Amino acid sequence: MSDSQSNELIVLGEQVVERARKAGADVAEVSVRTGSHLSAKVRMGEPELVEEAGSRAVGLRVMRGQQVAVTYTSDLTEGGIARFVEDALELALLSQPDPFAGPPDPSLLSRADQHRDLDLFDPGTDHLDAAGAIAMAMQGETAARNFDPRVTNSEGATASRMSGASALVTSGGFRGASRGTYSSLVVHPVVDDADGKKRTGHYWTAKRHAAEMEDARFVGEEAARRTLAKLGARKVETQEVAVIFDPDAARSLIGLVAGCVMGGGVWRKATYLAEREGTRVASDLVTLVDDPLLPRAPGSRPFDGEGLLSRRNVVVEDGVLKTFLLDSYSARKLDRQSTASASRGAAGGVSASTTNFILQPGTMSPQELLADTKRALYVTDMMGFGFNAVTGDFSRGASGFWIEGGERKFPVSEVTISLNLDQLLQRIDAVANDLDLRTSTASPTFRVSAMTLAGR
Amino acid sequence: MTVTTPPTRYRAPFAQGGPSEIDPATATQLLQEALRHGGDYADLFFEYNVSGSYGLEEGILKSAGRSVSLGLGVRVMKGDATGYAYVQELTPEAMRHAAVTAARIADSGTKVAPQGLDSPGLPQRYRADHLTLDVAGVEKRELLLRADRAARAADSRIIRVEASLHEELREILIATSAGKFVRDRQPLMRFGVRVIAEHNGKRQSGSSGGGGREALEYFERRPVEWHAQEAVRHAVAMLDARESPAGEMEVVLGPGDSGILLHEAVGHGLEADFNRKGTSNYTNMIGQQVASELCTVVDDATLAGSRGTINVDDEGLVPESSVLIEKGILRGYMHDQHSAAFFKTKPSGNGRRESFQSHPMPRMTNTLLLNGAHDPEEIVRSVKRGVYASHFGGGQVDISNGDFVFSLTEGYLIEDGKLTSPLKGVNLIGNGPEVMRKVTMLGSDMQVSDGIWTCGKDGQSVPVGVGCPTIKIASVTVGGTQREAKQ
Repeated sequence: MSDSQSNELIVLGEQVVERARKAGADVAEVSVRTGSHLSAKVRMGEPELVEEAGSRAVGLRVMRGQQVAVTYTSDLTEGGIARFVEDALELALLSQPDPFAGPPDPSLLSRADQHRDLDLFDPGTDHLDAAGAIAMAMQGETAARNFDPRVTNSEGATASRMSGASALVTSGGFRGASRGTYSSLVVHPVVDDADGKKRTGHYWTAKRHAAEMEDARFVGEEAARRTLAKLGARKVETQEVAVIFDPDAARSLIGLVAGCVMGGGVWRKATYLAEREGTRVASDLVTLVDDPLLPRAPGSRPFDGEGLLSRRNVVVEDGVLKTFLLDSYSARKLDRQSTASASRGAAGGVSASTTNFILQPGTMSPQELLADTKRALYVTDMMGFGFNAVTGDFSRGASGFWIEGGERKFPVSEVTISLNLDQLLQRIDAVANDLDLRTSTASPTFRVSAMTLAGR
Repeated sequence: MTVTTPPTRYRAPFAQGGPSEIDPATATQLLQEALRHGGDYADLFFEYNVSGSYGLEEGILKSAGRSVSLGLGVRVMKGDATGYAYVQELTPEAMRHAAVTAARIADSGTKVAPQGLDSPGLPQRYRADHLTLDVAGVEKRELLLRADRAARAADSRIIRVEASLHEELREILIATSAGKFVRDRQPLMRFGVRVIAEHNGKRQSGSSGGGGREALEYFERRPVEWHAQEAVRHAVAMLDARESPAGEMEVVLGPGDSGILLHEAVGHGLEADFNRKGTSNYTNMIGQQVASELCTVVDDATLAGSRGTINVDDEGLVPESSVLIEKGILRGYMHDQHSAAFFKTKPSGNGRRESFQSHPMPRMTNTLLLNGAHDPEEIVRSVKRGVYASHFGGGQVDISNGDFVFSLTEGYLIEDGKLTSPLKGVNLIGNGPEVMRKVTMLGSDMQVSDGIWTCGKDGQSVPVGVGCPTIKIASVTVGGTQREAKQ
């Protein structure tokens, strides 16, 4: 996709803003998105699914005075667009005046010449065609199946790429466009356990620049290694014990923290952290940063969903909660300034969200962390949705390994781990250095000194 | 409520008489394109989806929204391989391009000509001429305002109320090389209230919701005030919640909502794609005892107006009620056409997809565990010490072995046959097939859960229904925070 295509999106956005203004909108904000994707899945050595498509859609937020409505359409015919603008104006009359509604302060809007090139677009990504994607997935799956005779089945391997561009145009005078790519490969082997149970596992790689992905063969072998390691998994006794979270499991915990520092949850008092700013919320090993400006990172962006210039926000520093993440609405609700964290959903609504939300790595390697642990559950997978943001209560199903004397002893499954998130973060007593930015919420391995494990 | 419905404003552009009407001749041409390189089968899936959403918060309707999506998905199958492409523009060139792209999966082989298209009659399990989308917005706003007032009036400890209404019309047209040409209009509505109660520095949330494939008549049966009071009752009850015990114990699942456990722990494993691939714990188990003989499980697409009900699946086939487990014996799987062909059985009409952007898979509709003979009160009385599950927040299963985890949003301790303290942070963890074998009592109070559940599989979401009576399970691991001495 070229810059001229970005310009086309901006032109379409300008046309819609103009139409909405003429139809009576005091404020009109239009986001235009376009994208294409290709994915290929192979299973047991045969292509199973090749999917290819392009898409394009427009989202609109209008305000009449302080009455707000949002509309979205993928029907970009003349009639479709006319209806979409009309619907927005009509729905705005239905909603009731909200004294906090409004566009961001125009003086905060960024200009195109301030938008950094974050190297999010890989021109090479589009070169991968269906045959290439099948070959990559095949190589990953074959490596997994050939790795060990106990790999008897497969849920397949999928290689995919996507590229997309988006533009934002607002009646307040903002125009901006950005584009990006993302490629990934995942392999899912299945092994048979002695008790007749099947064990599944996976490993994956994903990057904005295709050339930075891990080698397909390595991905397949690593997937097999991880799945085989689950053979013979069993429950352990109910007890209080230290818990180590590997980067994937750790990432999902960090995602829960992210959900608790959003402006929307804070003014609604729907998060246990609502009144904790400036206080200790985690051990001093914990520094959490939301950074949209990391080159080539999955969650990076030059400007936020309302047109403010992206900035790095240190949310938790050495265990102390420094700031919440705010869009301009939640900022007004809390009587502060936006942190440029607005995100515009596909359907047109705006709320605060994270960009690259990262637990800063420590200095020890994960092997050193393990060696330093007397006894723990090492969690590689979690299941279920047991988290209450209002109270911080956390309880999820977990599987992984039993650690005794600094070594992996045997695989564990079908247990739950529980602890209030507040205490959990305060009990983090080791953070490793193995951070990999595969996803926009990311974490290295870390250890919690004690949690309740429910098993036998 | 009296609602006069004007002729609908919402018709798919590809409908009869629409601006881009698709007739059998156009569909046949596209199917021929799709099969130009050979292949065993092709289908076209046209979809027009309009949805509206209304959100109340802080006593006012803060935002109203509407979304329209429109497109065509083309699928070509050859052996076990599928080519899939979709477009959003319904111009002849764009549609042809999608057909040509999907056709690439089949690069050789015998050419199949599409059969002549035929439109079979469909059952009428919901009313598609009567949509909430056509009702004046102010009526829907009033429903939300009423819910807000009712929740605030119900208890002075309520500090926040949120209410929402989501409405949808999904109009589809399916044309297949096997000769089907089928249209359906599928309405869907969901209402919800969420409240936060605060007392003595503690905060708890509570919620209630429902809906289905019906219009505002739903609220004559279940007024918004009922949901508001239910959400308040839930939040206030949880203010007194204590830490949950941890470990293995007897668990009683309440009727209705607990069906989600069955859906996850058993239902997914009975979707035939996993069995075709040999990756389900129920693979090659047909005819065998897989559950306590008290258990009969069906997938019933016919329940009038239920959230999971469909007249036709997304491959053009009419689903009925299928028996999956009968008195503990596994009788059959849920099929799409692909898996049915593999198992040489009749497709059960369970081929569903999230949208035109996705290919169909075997999916559940309304999955129900049928009644047993026990009095529900007797079931609770029989438990000396255990957990009673009233409402679930959600759950997840590892299909390959049946391991599951569920979170309770409302649960109670059972002590000496009586419900005592509300519990917080309760998770149930176990294995689907094991739990089904440990069902020791089954109530006679089967309920279908009100319409709130959405099922996710391979990144595709579809609305589903669940239902069950009161169920006693001899032993499940309860994940809580409080350690107890072993008995």
